[in-house]
Amino acid sequence: MCLLMSLLVVASAGLRAAPKVEDSIAQRVQACTGCHGREGRAASDGYYPRIAGKPAGYLYHQLLNFREGRRHYVPMVRLIAPLSPAYLQEMAAHFAALDVPYPAPQPSTASAETLRHGEALALRGDSARRIPACVQCHGPALTGLAPAIPGLLGLPRDYLNAQLGAWKAGNRRAHAPDCMAQIAQALTPADVGALSQWLASQALPAQTKAVDALAAPLPMPCGSVTPTPP
Amino acid sequence: MKRTLWVALGAVPAIALLLGAVTLALNLRDEDPLTETPAPAPAPAGQVARGEYLARAGNCMGCHTARGGEPYAGGRGIATPFGTVYSSNLTPDESTGIGGWSQAHFWRALHNGRSRDGRLLYPAFPYTSYTLVTRQDADAIHAYLRSLKPVAQPNRPHDLRFPFNTQAALGVWRALYFSPGRPVNVATRSDEWNRGAYLVQGLGHCNACHGHRNVLGATGGTLDLSGGLIPMQNWYAPSLSDPHEAGMTNWPPQQIADLLKDGVSAQASVLGPMAEVVASSTQHLSDADLHAMGVYLSTLPLAPNGEEPRGDPAVFERGTKLYADHCAGCHGEQGEGVAGMYPALAGNRAVSLASPANLVRVVLEGGFAPSTAGNPRPYGMPPFATVLNQADIAAVLTYVRGAWGNQGSAVPEVEVNRYR
Repeated sequence: MCLLMSLLVVASAGLRAAPKVEDSIAQRVQACTGCHGREGRAASDGYYPRIAGKPAGYLYHQLLNFREGRRHYVPMVRLIAPLSPAYLQEMAAHFAALDVPYPAPQPSTASAETLRHGEALALRGDSARRIPACVQCHGPALTGLAPAIPGLLGLPRDYLNAQLGAWKAGNRRAHAPDCMAQIAQALTPADVGALSQWLASQALPAQTKAVDALAAPLPMPCGSVTPTPP
Repeated sequence: MKRTLWVALGAVPAIALLLGAVTLALNLRDEDPLTETPAPAPAPAGQVARGEYLARAGNCMGCHTARGGEPYAGGRGIATPFGTVYSSNLTPDESTGIGGWSQAHFWRALHNGRSRDGRLLYPAFPYTSYTLVTRQDADAIHAYLRSLKPVAQPNRPHDLRFPFNTQAALGVWRALYFSPGRPVNVATRSDEWNRGAYLVQGLGHCNACHGHRNVLGATGGTLDLSGGLIPMQNWYAPSLSDPHEAGMTNWPPQQIADLLKDGVSAQASVLGPMAEVVASSTQHLSDADLHAMGVYLSTLPLAPNGEEPRGDPAVFERGTKLYADHCAGCHGEQGEGVAGMYPALAGNRAVSLASPANLVRVVLEGGFAPSTAGNPRPYGMPPFATVLNQADIAAVLTYVRGAWGNQGSAVPEVEVNRYR
């Protein structure tokens, strides 16, 4: 009986093994993956954007933008408030280096006409209204331009709508000259809706990483691309 | 009869005048005559460097820099129950900053809470603590601020409700709750203890958060570190003298110094507003000063405390399951945590505080300990605001506060709602 008791004690002590956690950057940034998804992969129906595989410079700039009042999502601002620039940079590099599959695109809820409008703006822009095409900066396959311009595919429609809307309203900003702010000013609410519908419904190409160079120079100066902000 | 009435009526303005005079006199206590001196010649480098260090100790930048704004140019809003106070421009710009301030003006602001033009300052600027700063230190901070690049940025007017937006109301508040002070010097204590007291009570203005505030926002003085809910932030700054809260009485002073330097120590770690204090202020202080603060804080008188009733076991089942699903992976099945990574919850005083405010905040928002030289890459706690609902949070907190020998009270849903 006594032996049985002590065996039971040993067994229950075994169940109480200390949590297995490793000393790794992935373990350290579990606070990020709580919302952005495991390994940075956000659920396709969730609001929070995917950060896995986005260019490191872009991710780091967003952390600075939250910290310095150019983006205003309070939980993000509070979460990163006590962290050093070096650590934020390490986090950005970690998520940029992740290579995980993308979720299936969100089926569109828009009319064919709306989708055609979104596609036209994304691929060809509207020179009459001085709106460059998305592909002119975000890469021919919209997978981004390393190190500072993000890809636009694989993001939730609600998130795209909210970001374009915030840029238009001046609630989201980037380092000056703020090229996206200028472009968003020129977009109508119908343009924003069409772009979000079309972008969110596109499948990723086989090569999902940001390209290293574009065929033509950027159509307008962008503070988040050059010079690199501190 | 009629005569009595007239006397009484006559007494009203007389009493009002008397009260006004007393209020005015109380507001002018310990003020040196202002000697208008020309702007001082460039200060010696040693004084500027010392001023920079002292400005860190006072965390001046924490309030006087807007998010993304120029350092020390002000404009940051500080939300209070009476409205929003905007910090001022401390750069030496002539028209919008303190370029026209003499050393005497600056001293009067710190020591007496009065602006250059004579206006009374709002105590969101913690002159109730800074009044203990020495003239020599005030002059050094002044010299440092004057060495900064001038930034032309006009001050934003405060946005306070009536009557709090009037100088008269502020005068009455000051008459009741503010008196200019001098640094303590307790002869029976060591120089190190007195240095620690000077930093904690003065520049450190620890009681701005760790003191209990009354309905008019006044704390019980610079010695009051009995804990309080930080207005508008809904974080509870625990008592530094109650062993059931964050009391450090009888701790080895070095452990207190470690906590202020690294954000983590053998017995504790910091989160929330205190993580920002460590990140921007205390981690930059010298080991000697941090040890002195430790020596002082380790001698705070022990506060009496009452036992908390144990949590209601009826909700444990729900809480137990939620804990296993969401928390045990890092904090351990028995709340034992992982040394140096995730704090233990069993036996953790922060878990059993009478006010569950911090637990609610940290479960909703998550958080990181600060990046410091000793702990540059802290582990993070994920936010659960999008994962757990109000009833879930109440259940899991009730479980954590009652499990493994913890003696915290149950957390009803209404409490979660109150602090979210």
